[in-house]
Amino acid sequence: MSRHDLTIAVTGLNATDNPGPGVAVLRSIRHEPRFTGQLIGLAYDTLDPGLYSEELGLAASFLIPYPSQGVDALRERIRYVHSKFPIDVIIPTLDSELPSFIALEEELRSLGIGMYLPTREQFELRSKVRLAELGQKAGIEVPASQVISDARELYTVHERVSYPFMLKGIFYGAHHVASLDEALGSFHATVAKWGVPVIAQKFHAGEEYDVVAVGDGLGGLVGAVPMKKMFLTDKGKGWAGVAVNDPNLIEMTRKFMAATRWRGPCEVEVMRTPEGRYFLIEVNPRFPAWVYLAAGAGQNLPYATVQLAAGQAPTPLPDFKAGTMFVRISLDQIRSMSTFQELASTGELLAG
Amino acid sequence: MQRLKDLAVSESGFLFDPYTGLTFSLNQTGRFILEKLRDGLSEPAIRQALESGYQTGPGDDPLRDVREFMQQLRESGLLPAEERS
Repeated sequence: MSRHDLTIAVTGLNATDNPGPGVAVLRSIRHEPRFTGQLIGLAYDTLDPGLYSEELGLAASFLIPYPSQGVDALRERIRYVHSKFPIDVIIPTLDSELPSFIALEEELRSLGIGMYLPTREQFELRSKVRLAELGQKAGIEVPASQVISDARELYTVHERVSYPFMLKGIFYGAHHVASLDEALGSFHATVAKWGVPVIAQKFHAGEEYDVVAVGDGLGGLVGAVPMKKMFLTDKGKGWAGVAVNDPNLIEMTRKFMAATRWRGPCEVEVMRTPEGRYFLIEVNPRFPAWVYLAAGAGQNLPYATVQLAAGQAPTPLPDFKAGTMFVRISLDQIRSMSTFQELASTGELLAG
Repeated sequence: MQRLKDLAVSESGFLFDPYTGLTFSLNQTGRFILEKLRDGLSEPAIRQALESGYQTGPGDDPLRDVREFMQQLRESGLLPAEERS
């Protein structure tokens, strides 16, 4: 097997209207001319659309246990997959599974499986709850915020975070609120779904930009591509976007990398106000679903991550081409019932 | 000025700002003024070029056209405030 014949497993094949990043990561690796290895899909549901994609050319796919089933179940399943297809690299792509993969990193490394993930400390530092601390550490402007665990705190929250503000769930979801009544309603809806705490974050009107980036774990930036969303779904997900070249966005990303010594992929979300101020509003600890744009624009960040995870020095990335666009599409994939049947009955699907 | 030079403008007048990702459509006059601005011409020089380059009617005001267009560029962040004169 040559140096580049790697077997790479990727999670997050739920390419729905709120897509996981797995399909985009797999497409990016496939897009890399130097890649000659094989790809494995790891999915949570038998109907995750990426499992049925012929374009991805998956050698095999395996269902894996949901994060709620714990680290032991995941360890056992990865060991099983590894016994059938010796894996060189795993790229986890979902927020909810990252703590489990981070916990297993050393153990998997001893099996010969590489990952390129943030440490537990880095993962926690970028959480919404600690955004103010991160901003201070990195010298980055962040919106005023307050962590709220009890609805009674909403009666005085305006003393620190004035209306309007965003009320955000600890993992997911955000509501724009302009009054106490709206804040109370959103608080209860968010807590019912995601638990406490919630975060009140001052709303700054402006244009949102997102940067996909990879950190080298030493404070440096492997590569970064900023994007402006051009079209949003009703869930606020970007359905079309364009690569932009605002040096302020790259600089903010560099500061984040330097302050945290971030290791691996991330998505930096930034709000640019009409006055030209840049606020860091969130950092997601994994690739975004639009990461294929980065590969299309010239910086194949998923492949660079594969190289890093495999212990190779990443090939220096060229400048990306601003103006490169993505426009997402929904397609119906036609398969026979036997594909679904095999996945449902055995939890795995082998090519051919 | 660098922001203006970085703009991508197609022959049909479609303008892409690689800095912000915003797009605009320019008419023929807008394209003419933008081209002269990128060449570094002053406001009066552009007006003069507009008058000699285009047939103007009695109701036309090339200076107003130039000023309005430059104001739109400033509002879009493509011309800095300090270049106002």
